[in-house]
Amino acid sequence: MNQSLNDSMSQSIIESMSQYFACIFVPDFPVEALLCAEPELRSQSLAVLEGKAPLQKVFAVNKNARRAGVDPGMTRLQIEACTGLVWRARSLPQEAAAHAALLDCAQSFSPRVEAAGCDTIVLDLAGLEPLFGPLPKIARALARRASALGLETCVAVAGNPDTAVLAARGFSGVTVIPEGKEAELLGSLPVEVLLVNSACVQEPRQLLETFSRWGIRKLRDLAALPDIALSERLGQIGIHLQKLARGATSRPLVTVEPPLIFEEEIELDYPLMLLEPLAFLLGRLLEKLCARLAARALATQELRLCLELQNGCFEETSHVGMGHPSRPDRAQARSFQRILRLPVPLLDSRTFLKLLQLDLRANPPGAPIVKIQLAAEPVRPRAAQNGLFLPPSPEPEKLELTLARIAGIVGDDKVGSLELLDTHRPEGFRMQRFAPEPFSAQRHRDTEKNNSTFLFPISSSSSSVSLCLCGDSSDDLVTALRIFRPLIDVVVTMQDGKPARIACPKNKEMQGEISWVAGPWRSSGDWWEQEGWARDEWDIAVQGETGIALYRLVRDRLDGRWILEGTYD
Amino acid sequence: MSSIPLVSTAALGRPVAAAVPAWSTLVLERLSAMPKLAGVTPASRLEVRATPQMVPSGIREIDALTGGLPRGCLTEICGPASSGRTSILLAALAAATQRQEVCALVDISDAFNPHSAAAAGVNFEKMLWVRCGHLYKPDSPQSHPSALLRAGSVTEKNKKIEKPVEQALRVTDLLLQSGGFGLVIIDLGDTPLKMARRIPLTSWFRFQRAVEHTATVLFVISQVPCAQNCASLLLKVSGKKLSAIGCQHSAKTSPAHSQLLDGLQVQGELLRSRLDRKPAGSVTAAFTTKVRAG
Repeated sequence: MNQSLNDSMSQSIIESMSQYFACIFVPDFPVEALLCAEPELRSQSLAVLEGKAPLQKVFAVNKNARRAGVDPGMTRLQIEACTGLVWRARSLPQEAAAHAALLDCAQSFSPRVEAAGCDTIVLDLAGLEPLFGPLPKIARALARRASALGLETCVAVAGNPDTAVLAARGFSGVTVIPEGKEAELLGSLPVEVLLVNSACVQEPRQLLETFSRWGIRKLRDLAALPDIALSERLGQIGIHLQKLARGATSRPLVTVEPPLIFEEEIELDYPLMLLEPLAFLLGRLLEKLCARLAARALATQELRLCLELQNGCFEETSHVGMGHPSRPDRAQARSFQRILRLPVPLLDSRTFLKLLQLDLRANPPGAPIVKIQLAAEPVRPRAAQNGLFLPPSPEPEKLELTLARIAGIVGDDKVGSLELLDTHRPEGFRMQRFAPEPFSAQRHRDTEKNNSTFLFPISSSSSSVSLCLCGDSSDDLVTALRIFRPLIDVVVTMQDGKPARIACPKNKEMQGEISWVAGPWRSSGDWWEQEGWARDEWDIAVQGETGIALYRLVRDRLDGRWILEGTYD
Repeated sequence: MSSIPLVSTAALGRPVAAAVPAWSTLVLERLSAMPKLAGVTPASRLEVRATPQMVPSGIREIDALTGGLPRGCLTEICGPASSGRTSILLAALAAATQRQEVCALVDISDAFNPHSAAAAGVNFEKMLWVRCGHLYKPDSPQSHPSALLRAGSVTEKNKKIEKPVEQALRVTDLLLQSGGFGLVIIDLGDTPLKMARRIPLTSWFRFQRAVEHTATVLFVISQVPCAQNCASLLLKVSGKKLSAIGCQHSAKTSPAHSQLLDGLQVQGELLRSRLDRKPAGSVTAAFTTKVRAG
């Protein structure tokens, strides 16, 4: 009974919302795509040029430039006379990134999203009211989310997708058109709105001239024309345009599933030669990437930085060379690639930036940079609930930064955790990345149960402490060997087949009569390979100034060399 | 002024507030009226420092003597070579990693032996090993003939090659500031005495301050006491004489190759413990333990 009631309620909610669609429109999209990378230009007059020099023409302008008299189609020579005008070359990769960001913004609200154009996204609002609130609130939230991604947008909500698109293109800011008032509100828009990026109209200029001859300026004029007469003169296209003007169309959404590709890039006008401005640009890219990932409720575990260099020349294997086919003047350009792998999924642009800075400081590209590409591999975010009584462990973000900083001090291969190799060869281990696994609560409970007798407060009298430590006995202790790295060559005097005296030319503390000796312990291995080894080990005690020192003395049976491997401590 | 005997009464630690509340209130009022003493907290109101939580060191005898290793404090173990310092270090490391705590070893002379640690039961997944023994020179932009990208201040820095002790101090600082480690060990065991004594006292104070109020045990092994007053617990260990070194067989009755090092006998002395509020040097006790050869 309850189930059926819930179903009917949700159905009614969906029905009440099913007629509403939102459209996100980015005016002057090429300009906005550039402003994403250079937001400081937003307050200035900006023109986007297209074409090869010197035949470049204005492709798009922002409001300030339009106010200054700059229009699309003007040549570069014409706009060079305008004072205070900034121009940039059109960047298709940045437009693609901005479009992807727009899709991410829409996807963060609804899974049913249509890409009506590179600058226009339509999304179905069915069922969103219980989640995000009333329609105006949803529209404002959409505009805010897009603004966080660096895009100034116009958002409109209407009962059908086409009306929402027209309202978004015609009205600035946030617009909500109630059901039944589509014709009334759309009526004030000019007819040009109908023909912008319209795929169904073959020759929009001719149609506009026709409307102009008929004296039709606004959509309400077109909506008021008689259907049959319009059909006789313009055909089906006329009827379709009139329906659009009345807000009476109805069509299903052509939904798209945007691929989970998170890439940002900047092509620089001038080559970068210092790390600080590069970090500034990387910070912007990372913020955008993180905002896009957050919009899709994702995190990343791998960042790929690709820097295109000017006349680069590399010998290191980590640098992957790639040509740039579209730019003949950069035929000698090489790319420098760094991959940042993280042990856990993270989503903190500051941490990423610091890690990249430390990595680039340790591994500089070595040539001026002309293009920056940054990509993030999306993964599900980490879902960990730490307990109050779990043992302390470093935060993954802080630990990564700390490890990167330590690697900058001692070297990459000198910090990490150990892995013992399956061999008896001395120094049979290798360093690996330190990534402590998260502690599971079950294991902790077991450990705590076993070690519960270990945790105790200090007694006021240490000499009278009497403890019973379960499972811990001093019989389990082992004598540690401290290794000399590098190994120390010594001269050994033999007597009765045993070492009787050692002398170390480099260290006078490590020489003298051997007062006690045990051995030899003979071992060998890897004889079937080129790097075979064979040795005799002796444990010796040498009386020194501070007391007796116990050493492990080794004779290499392959070359007859005597070495001190370490000291027992 | 009648305030002088009143102040001395409070300083003696008597329960002034409980015995004569009106008198105490009057004292506090007068104190606050004096501009110089307005910000002074009476001794009777000073907070008592919380007793640190103790964790086992992995050696029964040391735990019996000291109560374990204090969290949020600096523990120092000093002694000459072959005195058993590293064996104690490994025991503490094994105990901490078995408690699933993340540990870090700052190895100044790169003397850590993984096989000994594995025999002692150290869980390597929980241990960060920083090897400072090698002089590391960051990749200098000048090393590339075509290098143009550089970070202004790094160029000068690259010319300077750090000594292992300097590296270790910086690394320890980073680890302690990062937080979350259960045990941080600084191994000064093979560091020459001159270099170990040159470590400024301010560094030890900074380390002590960094671990204070945290769950981290800062553990230092060295040849001589280095941290001075910053060490809350100071143990001195020494190996026994040659006659006490265990052998399975006598040298006279068996050939040399049948003899093996059986282990060490380690003797320790508690030189300082600031945890039980006793003056330094007043606590003297000894422990003797035996460690078998790994």
